[in-house]
Amino acid sequence: MKTTPLTSVHESLRAKMVDFGGFYMPVQYTSIIEEHNAVRNKAGIFDVSHMGEISVTGKDAIKYLNYIITNDISVISENQIMYSPMCYEHGGCVDDILIYKNNDKDFLVVANASNTDKDFEWMKKHTKGYDVVVSNQSDRYGQIALQGPEAQNILQQLTKTDLEEIAFYRFKNNVVVDGVNTMVSRTGYTGEDGFEIYTAAHDTEKLFRKFMESGAAPCGLGARDTLRFESALPLYGHELSEEITPLNAGLKSFVKPEKSDFIGKAALIEQTEKGVSVRSAGLEMVDRGIARNGYDVFNEEGEKIGYVTSGSNCPSLGKNCALALISTEYTKVGTFVYVDIRGKKVKAVTVKKPFYKKMYKK
Amino acid sequence: MRFTRDHEWIKKEGKYAYIGITDYAQQQLGDIVYVELAEEDLVLQQGDVLCAIESVKTAAEVYMPVSGTVIEANAELEDAPEKINEDPYGTYLAKIIIDDETELNDLMTEDEYNEFLESEAE
Repeated sequence: MKTTPLTSVHESLRAKMVDFGGFYMPVQYTSIIEEHNAVRNKAGIFDVSHMGEISVTGKDAIKYLNYIITNDISVISENQIMYSPMCYEHGGCVDDILIYKNNDKDFLVVANASNTDKDFEWMKKHTKGYDVVVSNQSDRYGQIALQGPEAQNILQQLTKTDLEEIAFYRFKNNVVVDGVNTMVSRTGYTGEDGFEIYTAAHDTEKLFRKFMESGAAPCGLGARDTLRFESALPLYGHELSEEITPLNAGLKSFVKPEKSDFIGKAALIEQTEKGVSVRSAGLEMVDRGIARNGYDVFNEEGEKIGYVTSGSNCPSLGKNCALALISTEYTKVGTFVYVDIRGKKVKAVTVKKPFYKKMYKK
Repeated sequence: MRFTRDHEWIKKEGKYAYIGITDYAQQQLGDIVYVELAEEDLVLQQGDVLCAIESVKTAAEVYMPVSGTVIEANAELEDAPEKINEDPYGTYLAKIIIDDETELNDLMTEDEYNEFLESEAE
């Protein structure tokens, strides 16, 4: 198993550690609910050093990136960030990524931890004909997510850079935080305002401990999952996969068929024209029970219409909810469906996503 | 009190016995948010599913430590499932009548269970 620059910190805090996509990571320090609430009400910090960082540099960087992603990278400015699915020819997803733009010839792709090697190979394979260099930089970086309504106050006390200058989905290089050189972006995976702080691997522990001293609660992957789930943010391997296209996942606004050719374009246009047969829907449990990943979903007549991709108790809402990939005809808000929980059909209703209103500072 | 390898406990009191999960089990599950209670009058064999416990991150089934009949499920857990986290040995899931008390001999004593946990940790 791979470790991160913060592994010894997690162990010293007696976190419960698990194997997550080949990384030895903390799932919780105290309690998932406590950590979840810390982020919603105050501030929490996450070790996200397992995320992959792949640089794309060269004269053709924009043309190349636009060929491998579904969104249109040509529209963003320097120091801006774009979210995009990256698809296979058949429209399924290789990954969903963030792309940081330094300038027209210099980008940084941030990939899901367990997909980094796969993404890197995929990206290298498609450089033919483009004047670009694709390089896996993942081991050089440590990454901390500082999230919650108090995130900005905590970070501001430790830096002279005016954080108001960093808008939503923007970033700044060379931000000195408590004497450490970092790159700071206003991004996250919790539905709250917050930052992701990239730094050299050897400086990561110092910063993590400083944020803790400043009042941010260390939070594990358990809370990271409940927070992103309430905000209905997709998780690769659940809401997105090789078999699930961005259109199935309801990410149509991140697919730009009007731009130049890209991998998966033909398949995604065809899917749009034919109609998307299954879509990701938000479910709220009407009767008692928690729908979990993989549970089957049925209609009133007892026919299988799909399956749950993620399901959990929602600590901020006091409800049990699920994201399910179901036949499009049942995705209309207010439709009753049934989830098979340990052999019992438990009633649920489709609701609007997200379950929790995102508190982004835009 | 006797213990199973699946981390249940059973305690005999008069003609009834009470079943719960161990401190180790509640720690592994984390914050418990829902208990699907056992059905009363259900006749179950040793090892059958008694009920299910859901924490924030996972679902776990609880098995019958011995064969018996469910007399009562702990209805208090409907609204306060977190009691299992707070007091695992003071919070029962079901009250049963044991069919055959010799089956208790299959189970571990407290010392044996602690040794079992240590061996599992290695």
